[in-house]
Amino acid sequence: MFEKIWRGAIAPIIAALAAVAISSIALLISGNDPIEAFVEMWKTIDSTESVVLIINRAVPYYISGVAVAIGFKMNLFNIGSNGQYLLAALIAGWAGSEVSLPPVLHVMFIFLVAVTVGGLWALIAAILNVTRNVNVVVSTIMLNYIAIGLSSFLLAELFRDEENGGLVAQTKELPASAQIPPLNRVIEFFGFNFAPGVNLYGFLPFAIVLGFAYWLLLNRSRFGYDLRLSGLNADAAEAAGVNPKKMVLITLFLSGAVAGMIGLPYLLADPNFHKYGDAFPTMVGFTGLGLALLGRNNPIGIAAAALVWATIERATQRLGPLGVPPEIGRILQGSFLLVAVIAYEVVRRRNEAAAVASAAAATIAHKHDPPPDPPRESLEKQESPA
Amino acid sequence: MTTTMNPAPAPARTSMMTRLMSPRFRVMWITLAVVTVMSMARIIADNDDLTSSGTIGVALRTAAPIGLAGLSGLVAERSGTINIGLDGMMVMGTIFAGWWGWQYGPWMALLGGIIGGMLGGLLMSVATTTFGVNHIVAGVAINLIAPGIARFMASELFVGEQGGSVTSSPGNKGDIGELTVPFLSGGDLFGWQTPDIMGWLEDTGWFIIADIGGIVGGLTTNVSWDVVLTIGMFFAIAYLLWHTPLGLRLRFSGERPSAADSLGVSVHLMRYVGMAMSGALAGMGGAVLVLFAGRYQENQVAGRGFLGLATMIFGNWMPAGTAAGAALFGYAQGITLRTDPGELVRALLLAAAIGLVLTTILMAIRKSWEGAGFVAVTAIVTFWAYFAAESPNNQLVFVTPYVVTLIAVSVGAQRLRPPAEEGIPWFKGMQ
Repeated sequence: MFEKIWRGAIAPIIAALAAVAISSIALLISGNDPIEAFVEMWKTIDSTESVVLIINRAVPYYISGVAVAIGFKMNLFNIGSNGQYLLAALIAGWAGSEVSLPPVLHVMFIFLVAVTVGGLWALIAAILNVTRNVNVVVSTIMLNYIAIGLSSFLLAELFRDEENGGLVAQTKELPASAQIPPLNRVIEFFGFNFAPGVNLYGFLPFAIVLGFAYWLLLNRSRFGYDLRLSGLNADAAEAAGVNPKKMVLITLFLSGAVAGMIGLPYLLADPNFHKYGDAFPTMVGFTGLGLALLGRNNPIGIAAAALVWATIERATQRLGPLGVPPEIGRILQGSFLLVAVIAYEVVRRRNEAAAVASAAAATIAHKHDPPPDPPRESLEKQESPA
Repeated sequence: MTTTMNPAPAPARTSMMTRLMSPRFRVMWITLAVVTVMSMARIIADNDDLTSSGTIGVALRTAAPIGLAGLSGLVAERSGTINIGLDGMMVMGTIFAGWWGWQYGPWMALLGGIIGGMLGGLLMSVATTTFGVNHIVAGVAINLIAPGIARFMASELFVGEQGGSVTSSPGNKGDIGELTVPFLSGGDLFGWQTPDIMGWLEDTGWFIIADIGGIVGGLTTNVSWDVVLTIGMFFAIAYLLWHTPLGLRLRFSGERPSAADSLGVSVHLMRYVGMAMSGALAGMGGAVLVLFAGRYQENQVAGRGFLGLATMIFGNWMPAGTAAGAALFGYAQGITLRTDPGELVRALLLAAAIGLVLTTILMAIRKSWEGAGFVAVTAIVTFWAYFAAESPNNQLVFVTPYVVTLIAVSVGAQRLRPPAEEGIPWFKGMQ
């Protein structure tokens, strides 16, 4: 048990150390004091307020990571989650402001619209793949930009809020029935008290449920087994009766459907938005790609990665007065990701080599001894190459 | 290619017709067809700007970075690495170009861009070649890292300088200069002003003649030196890959790394070389953007790396095809910079519709009914768009290249041929 955790944690630890080292070098080159900078970063995140802000920030990142992880699990690289969520958020935001429904139903309606739009947009890539053999990476990249163009077109021409004078390109604000309240009351019930103005946004439970659902789907369902099998060995999966075309269609639809939810924390639970407009975050889908890689497509791993990402972003916010550019956060994130990706690959290859060696040793031993244990490497322990 | 597949070649007596239909002349025919269609659209839509030298000049300018990105992808994939990260390498190119251009001038901006992009390419190659990281994964990582590096560098280099900020460099030191070809477009020759023949042709307004004048004129008038170099790069890369031993080894590493290895080619070295060149080309694309804008600006690349990948796929992993894709996409982007983009877009839609109708007829003659039906539907939609769009939204132009590529890939996926073993990490001893 302990050894398993250690094996999973060694690569991220190496990556974190390397990221700190690389950032320190960057700071030294640019004439700053790394120790001072990191102390200041720690001071910034060491407060309840910061923890709440970090969690708020991490929630959409987490959803974004899960969305692409579903595809990554079977080596389907859905690079287009960014377009899927922008289009979904726009249409869901517009549809949500056009209807009037009772509170809970209203939120469910917006969810449904967002999930459908995201899923259908991703399904285009899936259909092109199974009917015309178009590479998913290529088609999702193209569809990304088509979605970006289409959503600015729709926003400018059709969904713009005219009552606002129509000057700012944004949809109508969602009514109170479509807003998810913050969780402060729940937290206060347990005896914690937040400073005024600090809100833990109400989308967090949904993200947790999503993560659990993803885990269930992957590890406790027939579909999840087929998915992982297809990712590990597509030929073996097909030989075992898995229909690869069906898998591509369902997996990409699911991936897109989850991607459709990326914009919802902003739309439904963040008082700064409650509408889709020019200020809406536009790059969260791309962030999710990195988080899925860091978290190794594992729900807990992605959550950890999302929190690390949000923590770095929060920690670097108050570096300005020190004269340290807050952009050092981007260096931290980037070097962390790149080293982690390499370290995972190295660890994977070493484990694989060890497994082969032990299997070979077992085969030799078999000639003289009673049958040994079967090779220890089960599906459970292996990870997909991503 | 096609001639070798014909069952009964008759080398002794080829008719004039057969010779003119051979692949050697195909480029000529396609070019002529495009010019004719554009000319028809120009006259029907009554918009001379469709093929004016001004429009073509801007299109060339916008096509250059896209073409370099496409070429970057081409070199990488030919040598076996799928380079999704070239967008990030372009970003690296822009920041270095903005820095050196501000410090040392435009030519150093170009060199800086090349070096910056090359660093990105080598970084990615460490992950993909040496450590065998999945190429898509590594590319995604590079794309996420590069903007961070650029932003950090910008905040260190430009903040506090006159005219500089975290999102913009202070501006390049001087211009790179322009080339106007003598005789064709009235450039100077040893101080003597030559006649502007193409300009004269363009002014006639005649069917096809004026369009040739506009197009050739646009390609030869006031062309910035970095764009001239870009055009040269296409020839240089095509020569390098198909006519030198190094090129053969590079392509070998992408097609059959194990076979290449058995013949003594160092696959890893070749893939590093390929990625260094790919990064350099992408970075040069970034530098061309910086030289066009006169400074580094954040998000200057705006996904052109991905657009470059699209041109490469559109061009079937060949330099000529990539150049054609870049021309098409550059044109679509370039017209949005003209004075009346809405009208130009309409005229372009008309040209596309006419072209699609001709393609339908051609496919029907060849009895390829399924394709003809598909293209016919596209033609009808395009015609509808032409008549429906009073003042087309710029966003629709923005998506054109991606839609075109998606259609091209969907229709022609069977005919596209990427390098056989690209994207597969290779280590010594692998089969």
